[in-house]
Amino acid sequence: MGATRRHAATSAPRRDGRLLALRVVALLTMVLGVNYVVWRWLESVSWSAWWIAVPLVIAETYSLVDVGLFAVTMWRARRRPEPPPPAEDATVDVFITTYDEPVDLVLRTAVAARDIRFPHRTWVLDDGARPALAEAVRAAGVGYIVRSDDWQDRPRHAKAGNLNNALFRTDGEFLLVLDADQVPDPSILDRTLGYFRDPEVALVQTPQYFTNVPDADPLGSQAPLFYGPIQQGKDGWNAAFFCGSNAVLRREALMRLGIVGYVRETERSVRDALSAARRMLGKARRGAVDPAQARALETLEHGARDALARLHAGEPVAEVTYAFQRQVDAASAALVAADAAQMQEDLRAIAALPVERDSELGAVVVDEQALARLAERDWTPLGAIESVQALVRAVDVDRSAEAQPILPVATVSVTEDMATAMHLHAQGWRSVYHHERLALGLAPEDLGTMITQRLRWAQGTLQVMLRQNPLRLRGLSGGQRLMYFATMWSYLSGFTAVVYLAAPIIFLCFGVLPVTAWSVDFFARFVPFQVASQLLFLVAAHGVRTWRGQQYSLALFPVWIRATVTAAANVWFGRPLGFAVTPKVRGSNRGAWRLVRPQLAAMALLVVAAVVGVVRAGTGLAPWVGTTVNLLWVAYDLVVLSVIVSALRYRGYQGAGEES
Amino acid sequence: MEFRVEDVEDGATVIAPQGRLTMTSAGELKALVDRSVSRGRPMVVVDLADTTFMDSSGLGALVGGLRATRTAGGDLRIARPTAQVTTVLELTTMDRVLQPRASVEEALRAG
Repeated sequence: MGATRRHAATSAPRRDGRLLALRVVALLTMVLGVNYVVWRWLESVSWSAWWIAVPLVIAETYSLVDVGLFAVTMWRARRRPEPPPPAEDATVDVFITTYDEPVDLVLRTAVAARDIRFPHRTWVLDDGARPALAEAVRAAGVGYIVRSDDWQDRPRHAKAGNLNNALFRTDGEFLLVLDADQVPDPSILDRTLGYFRDPEVALVQTPQYFTNVPDADPLGSQAPLFYGPIQQGKDGWNAAFFCGSNAVLRREALMRLGIVGYVRETERSVRDALSAARRMLGKARRGAVDPAQARALETLEHGARDALARLHAGEPVAEVTYAFQRQVDAASAALVAADAAQMQEDLRAIAALPVERDSELGAVVVDEQALARLAERDWTPLGAIESVQALVRAVDVDRSAEAQPILPVATVSVTEDMATAMHLHAQGWRSVYHHERLALGLAPEDLGTMITQRLRWAQGTLQVMLRQNPLRLRGLSGGQRLMYFATMWSYLSGFTAVVYLAAPIIFLCFGVLPVTAWSVDFFARFVPFQVASQLLFLVAAHGVRTWRGQQYSLALFPVWIRATVTAAANVWFGRPLGFAVTPKVRGSNRGAWRLVRPQLAAMALLVVAAVVGVVRAGTGLAPWVGTTVNLLWVAYDLVVLSVIVSALRYRGYQGAGEES
Repeated sequence: MEFRVEDVEDGATVIAPQGRLTMTSAGELKALVDRSVSRGRPMVVVDLADTTFMDSSGLGALVGGLRATRTAGGDLRIARPTAQVTTVLELTTMDRVLQPRASVEEALRAG
């Protein structure tokens, strides 16, 4: 911990010197990169082999944008000075979220949280509602919270729901959120609360660090580049991310987020429901035989139209729906069911109202297509009125389809953290990245769990971005937009990885050249750009080891592709994600090779291509220059992918000092 | 913080929070609304004339109360907000859902 604390106090002049060097290298990299990629597009695409040449030049353009976004991230990297001391009267609740982690593990965190020095209250938020955990936690003198009855048969919203439930049972000004495995340092609140002296600060995030990881880090668990230079870079743009654990939040900011979200959702869904109601009533009126019933339906139809007009004119939603519901109730009481059998049918349709929960996210969604179908259905007069009643109720100001009308922690995605931070930023709140290890956690120890976890993060991030494009979300500054966009952009790398793996294989096996020539023209532009961008990473990383991260960003290409495809299918076509909660207990690596078949196949293909390429060059079928370039390329790919082999051979953490 | 609670005619209840309605007192307000509903009085007016300050948790309690009363066939209305409370209502766009009334009588008659 001493090392990182020193970082936080780096003196200002040296910092400025480093930042200047970083900016010079960043500019140089971009100039050289644009020079190279423009030349690639204009002068060197081998159009006769367009099927590989065009994907390759697109992949290279993607990578240039990626480097550019990294350069922007690092441009204002912020190393904060010592934080001010906390306000003495600050009140804090510490939340430990758990679902199915072992009792011992949760208890260890709970006891450490209880012993945090700054006065606070500690709560275990048990989404598994386990009696054994309840008993152990209470015996340790720590509070225990489970979901209230309101959540029965309603969307649970996973961890976001767990936090939202607890928010309404506690009243501290600030909340420290900890995952079940993150054991806090006693000084964690003393070191972070002071930032909230600035009344606009809503979030202080500290790093996540894992203790059950050997030095070689075969699974790439530590994220030293992210919990360091990248978060400091984002902090410079007032865009430090909330990462779900080891962070302190201001209750008022979360609650305001919840209120604004509630108002927005209510307005939208009430408007949708009233439009559908008007169509339904119109159709039922046209089909009504009895003139008295037709008149009643017509009155209500006018009522719905009036209500929509009043909403449009800016009248408060509660007023409008209250009046409309009274009208509907009166009409319903006045009519008697004429056709009992048809009425039964109607009631069944009402029970299946298209206000349902998304099976993956648990979010309540009003299915507009189903709503349109419902509106086109043949209703009996009373059936139409009853269904309108039920529909408007479900989406009204009391939001009866949700367990709580107000959901402060964003429920839009399976990763609640990024969406919440983005909305806080959009509302003008400030965030802080405090670079000091103040909690020690446990990382997954097997490949399967690790891949599940990375998939979930990638899916969640992409879901947020596809649902709420940060480039257009109102209230974000330009820098903040780029910081959120950069994270999304980096997850698209799976597709370019396939191109980078395929291009040398295709040349070595078939002699197909994606570039017009491996000439001096090429190397004179390519090599300086590559050297400059590696230098940029080196300067930005500031001694932090980033090789593992670089390896995994290529080696997990099937995970990124799957995340992109499933997230897009989920957001655009409502398909399920196939989502799993990250387990925190040690798993097993048996059969894990099946999870990395694409990577193993790619490695085999690279080796075969290398052999074929040497034979072709040896027999004069291929030039030696191109073959050498591509053999080097293959060697690089193999070294990067070799991390998969060390991951497969990893048998879990054996204790300190172990080298794997 | 204190609350003045008064039953008025037509089965309605008037609840008047005195002072600062914040995260520490929001739960109490919600409990008072729930109690009124369970006593068979689901029409509630929250009189904000003496509420000097309200935060988002206070607004959260109003929304929670709105839900409880509506579910029981009643309503929750707000009356006589102070300048600070009006600002909070506007800042959070809550005035798009709940319309403040100039007097308790007007709130009772509305709808």
